[in-house]
This record gives sequence, C-alpha cells and structure tokens, in this order.
Amino acid sequence: MKIAVCLKRVPDTTAKIAISNDGKSIDESGVKFVPNPYDEFALEEAIKLKETAGAGETVVIGMGNDATAETLRTALAMGIDRAVLLQSAGSPDGFEVAKALSAELKDGGYDLILFGKMAVDDYNHQVGPMVAELLELPCITTVAHLRMADNAVEAEREIEGGIELVTCSLPAVLTCDKGLNNPRLPSLKGIMAAKKKPMETRPVTMGTGGLELLGLALPPERSAGKIVGEGPDAVSTLVNLLRTEAKVL
Amino acid sequence: MPAVLAVTEQRGGTLRKVSQEVVTAARTIADGLGATLDAIALGTGTLAGSQELGAAGADRILTAAHPDFALYNPDGFAAVIASIASSYQVIVFAATATGRDLAPRVAAKLGQSCATDVTALTVDAGKLVVTRPIYAGKVLQKLRLNGTPAILSIRPNTFAIAQNARAGAMENVPVPSFTQRVTVKEIKAAATATLDVAEAAVVISGGRGLKDPANFKLLEDLAAAFGNAAVGASRAVVDAGWRDHGSQVGQTGKTVSPGLYIAVGISGAIQHLAGMRTAKVIVAINKDKDAPIFKVADYGVVGDLFEILPRLTEEVKRLRAEH
Ligand SMILES: Cc1cc2nc3c(=O)[nH]c(=O)nc-3n(C[C@H](O)[C@H](O)[C@H](O)COP(=O)(O)OP(=O)(O)OC[C@H]3O[C@@H](n4cnc5c(N)ncnc54)[C@H](O)[C@@H]3O)c2cc1C
Ligand SMILES: Nc1ncnc2c1ncn2[C@@H]1O[C@H](COP(=O)(O)O)[C@@H](O)[C@H]1O
Repeated sequence: MKIAVCLKRVPDTTAKIAISNDGKSIDESGVKFVPNPYDEFALEEAIKLKETAGAGETVVIGMGNDATAETLRTALAMGIDRAVLLQSAGSPDGFEVAKALSAELKDGGYDLILFGKMAVDDYNHQVGPMVAELLELPCITTVAHLRMADNAVEAEREIEGGIELVTCSLPAVLTCDKGLNNPRLPSLKGIMAAKKKPMETRPVTMGTGGLELLGLALPPERSAGKIVGEGPDAVSTLVNLLRTEAKVL
Repeated sequence: MPAVLAVTEQRGGTLRKVSQEVVTAARTIADGLGATLDAIALGTGTLAGSQELGAAGADRILTAAHPDFALYNPDGFAAVIASIASSYQVIVFAATATGRDLAPRVAAKLGQSCATDVTALTVDAGKLVVTRPIYAGKVLQKLRLNGTPAILSIRPNTFAIAQNARAGAMENVPVPSFTQRVTVKEIKAAATATLDVAEAAVVISGGRGLKDPANFKLLEDLAAAFGNAAVGASRAVVDAGWRDHGSQVGQTGKTVSPGLYIAVGISGAIQHLAGMRTAKVIVAINKDKDAPIFKVADYGVVGDLFEILPRLTEEVKRLRAEH
C-alpha cells in the first residue's frame, strides 16, 4: 500500500490575523503556523493503514515557502516515511494548487491519495476533488469513517441531516474530516527519527488562474453586544427586542 | 445571449430549499450580466418542486434524468453539467455537502477555478466579483472571477429567497455517457434533528453550561416553540458524546448563518465563533458576564440558563400563538 498525504502549513486557528499593507496578504509576523488540522486526520489515517497492512510507504507532500519544511518534519515525526517540499509562494486559487500537486502525484503509483477536507486558512474545500478529476481517479470527500475491503473503500460522509455511505475502488482520492481518527502526537523517538528521514525539495511555478485577488478586508465588527439584563426577568425585554428591534420573532 | 446556470439539489426526489437560494443568487448575477437563467435539476425524473424554480427567477428549468440519479452521483452529475457548460458564463452551486463536492469536480473537468462559500456578490464591468470569508471568518476575501464559465458556490442561508417570477419553461437535457467511479449506496438519516443547523432559520446551540446531555431537552423545547429551529452544540459537548458531530457549530463543525442564533451555556471560543459569527442576530445566555460570547452577541442575558430557558420557551410559545 503506497499512500500520499497532501499537507498544508496554515496559521494556528487561534492566531490573531492582521492584514498587511498591500491589502492582499496577511501579516505573518508573530503568527504561529501549524499543520492544517484536517490534514492531521489524513496523516494519521495513512500511518494507521500502513501499520495495518504491515508494509508499504507513506509520503507527505507540502507546497509552500521554505518554512513548510518544518511542518513536513512534524508529519515525519508522527511516522510518515518521507517528504516532498514543493517550493512556491502558493496561490489563493485552489485549481492552481491542484494542478501543481497533480503533476507531483501523477506517476507516483499511489493506492491512496489523502487530503484534508479543507485548509483552515483559505476555506476552499476543493483541492482534493480537483486533483482527483485531473488524475481521473475516484474521489470521496469529507470522509468521517473508512473501511478498507479488497482493493476498495467504503466511506461515510456527513451530509445535511444524515450520513452518506459511499464506495469506490482503489486507487482513490479521499478528503478527511473530523471523526476519522485521533491524530497521534509525535513521540520523542519519532522526532529524533524524523531528522534522518528523506525530504526532497523542488521549486514549482504557479499559473495566475481564473481567480484574481482584489483584496482582503476585516469583517465589519459586530456592534458591541448589549446586555439586556440579568436573570429570568430579562426574558420579556429580550423577547420584546427580538420582536420589535431585531424583527426575528 | 449570455446565460447563467443554477445547479439545484434534491433529496428523495424533492428539491431542497437551498436550491431556491441558488436560483435567487443566480438571478442577481443574470440580471447584472443581462443574461438568461437556467436551473438544472438532476434525478430519476422530474423533481417535485422544480416548477417553483420559475417563481424564484429561472427562465428555463432543465431536467437531467437517469436511473442512477436517485442519490447523489458525483461522476454522473459532473458529466451532465460539464456537457452543457459551454453555454454558460457563470455556474452557481450551493456550498452544501453535495455542492462543495460537485463544484470543484466540474471546475477541474472544465479546467476552471472555483470560488467556494461565497457570501456576497456583484457584477462589475461584466465580471463577477465575490466576497468569501477566510481564516475562520476573521478575514473577507474579495475575488474577481475571470474564467469562463465562472464557477462558484454560495453559502446556505445567506441569499434570502426572492420572488422574481420568470417563465420557468421545463426542458429535458440528455445525460452523456460517463464513467461512474464512485457510488453513493444509501443515506442513513441522522438519529436526531431533521432540520440541519446549516440550513435552519433559527439555531439554538448548547455548550458545557448545560451540565448534562439530558438537559438539551430544554433547547429542544425552545426549538419546538420556534418551529423552524435546529439545535446545535459546541465542540466540548460533541467531544463529550452528548450530541452528534452533525450538530457541531464551529471551525471543525458547521458554519451557520441563521437569522437568529442563540448560544446557551457556550463561552464563545474563537473556534466556535468561526462557525456562527455571520448569523444575522446573535443572542447569548451565560452566567458569566465576562464570557467572550457577549462580545459578538447582539443581545445578552446574564444568568442561570436553567432559570432563563423555561421562561424564554414560554414567551416564544405565547408569541407564536398570538401571531
Ligand atoms: C483546532 C480546534 C478546533 C475547534 N473547533 C471547535 C468547533 O468547531 N466548535 C466549538 O464549539 N469549539 C471548537 N473548539 C473548542 C473551543 O476552543 C472550546 O473549547 C469550546 O468551544 C468550548 O465549549 P463550551 O463553550 O461549550 O464550553 P466552555 O468553554 O466550558 O463554556 C461553558 C460556558 O457555560 C457557562 N455556564 C455554565 N453554567 C451555566 C449556567 N448554569 N447558566 C448559564 N451559563 C452557564 C460558563 O460560564 C461558560 O461560559 C476547537 C478547538 C480547537 C483547538
Ligand atoms: N499548498 C498545499 N500543499 C499541500 N497540500 C495542500 C496545499 N493546499 C491545499 N492542500 C491540500 O488540499 C486540502 C484542501 O485544501 P483547500 O481546497 O485549499 O481547502 C488541504 O487539506 C490539503 O490536504
């Protein structure tokens, strides 16, 4: 079983985000970067599947700036076998990202290619299914439960008001959602071992794509809340305001 | 004549409500471009409710019928839409479980980009300009869609359904041959709520302050009093196994934009806010007057939820009965 995981380096979700002077990027100073949380489910699943199979290879592929090497090293410390760093400034256009990753994945002979369901920076939810389409592979998105059966997978994905049961054969592309597993933390031994694991680095160039970034803005501040009152006696005031002021009742 | 395509969704042969939102948003785009609007419905035959798409603004309603289209068929649906895509300047999806899966497949098939989860849009000099929340809603990204067709998905509950009646002429479109790589076998209905938090007009969410899973009954009673409400949850209570993950609101759960969001016994962690800060009106009930949830709440009540909720349910019931 040969498994690839695509991993993105993203700002920690608790980080305070400020916009740079160019108005088109975020100010990265003082921002802590982490592996995209959904990609951690993908990493864990890859490691587990190889452990279960007792043989195979797991590869993590990350595209980004040089600091991405550190994020890939975390994946190696969790237990991934080797890493590929595609050096690039990145793009807000998921299709450009998908094209660059597909070129790397195309002749890799992977049985499974795993993604996160979305990157928590750009919220695109699209690179996985786009790569699948470009490589003409079956694809199941937002997988929350996975069963492997002879050369096929059976997955559960959450939809509005229910769960979809979906199957496909291997090789396949899956995007991982919360619930799939509990990602392990790198052990001290893992961290030491990771230092010796191979990491290839290659530059990639990105096209401009069909999405033109016009600018970033902070959302309008929600007008500071008003405390209607304390205790159950405030309920009538609240209901009144909801009816006459907010007009939602 | 330029044209816009709205991709609708069905469940069990009936059109989903979000489809009307897609048609409404697509109508705005079509008017901005001076274009006609087609809505496409994919199923085993004509879908219940598809006639209503004319009222929301569709000039034509296209039906793509196939025996394997009872449930979502990713490869089949993508093939149908790709086969007619060259007639359209813009293709609009819903950012639902289905739309988020389908839109990028169609885009990649056509060699185009895709803007996901759009919350506002305008047409500027013949091009679509969209706004979408990124970084868990902490930043708004503005994009111009330069490709043809421009492909986007709109966030549910964001574009209010408008009546904008057009002819809504029914037509069939052929289903091209396609390679089915993925099969949706069945849908298992969720154990709890039928109304999804991502789509309900009112969402009432509970957190650790509820103390015990059984106390969610208080929220369900309030939801029942509203009638159009769904019960959501913070991650803390989902992780504790009190509620289904499907009802989790926040960064690792669902993003909701209801008309009214009531947070009960929820502190308002940044990851929770990521999922609900775009709600139109936010109410918070919390015994800690310094809880961060009050910073985003339009209306806050400080106090014990166990005393406040029954009163609130009673008042809402009374009001509903009066109107
Ligand atoms: C990567 C990551 C992703 C996450 N994703 C999510 C997510 O998607 N959704 C999410 O919700 N969280 C998420 N979290 C967790 C988040 O950080 C918080 O831990 C969580 O939201 C807290 O849940 P809570 O508000 O229910 O609990 P608490 O923070 O414990 O708050 C309980 C609140 O109840 C109040 N209270 C207690 N008793 C009463 C009473 N009798 N009457 C009134 N009020 C009372 C308290 O004052 C308190 O404010 C995520 C965290 C991380 C690190
Ligand atoms: N720059 C990148 N490098 C590696 N993987 C990426 C990159 N961007 C996105 N991905 C993968 O694609 C998934 C979905 O990202 P997105 O479509 O941007 O929300 C992520 O969870 C990653 O698995």
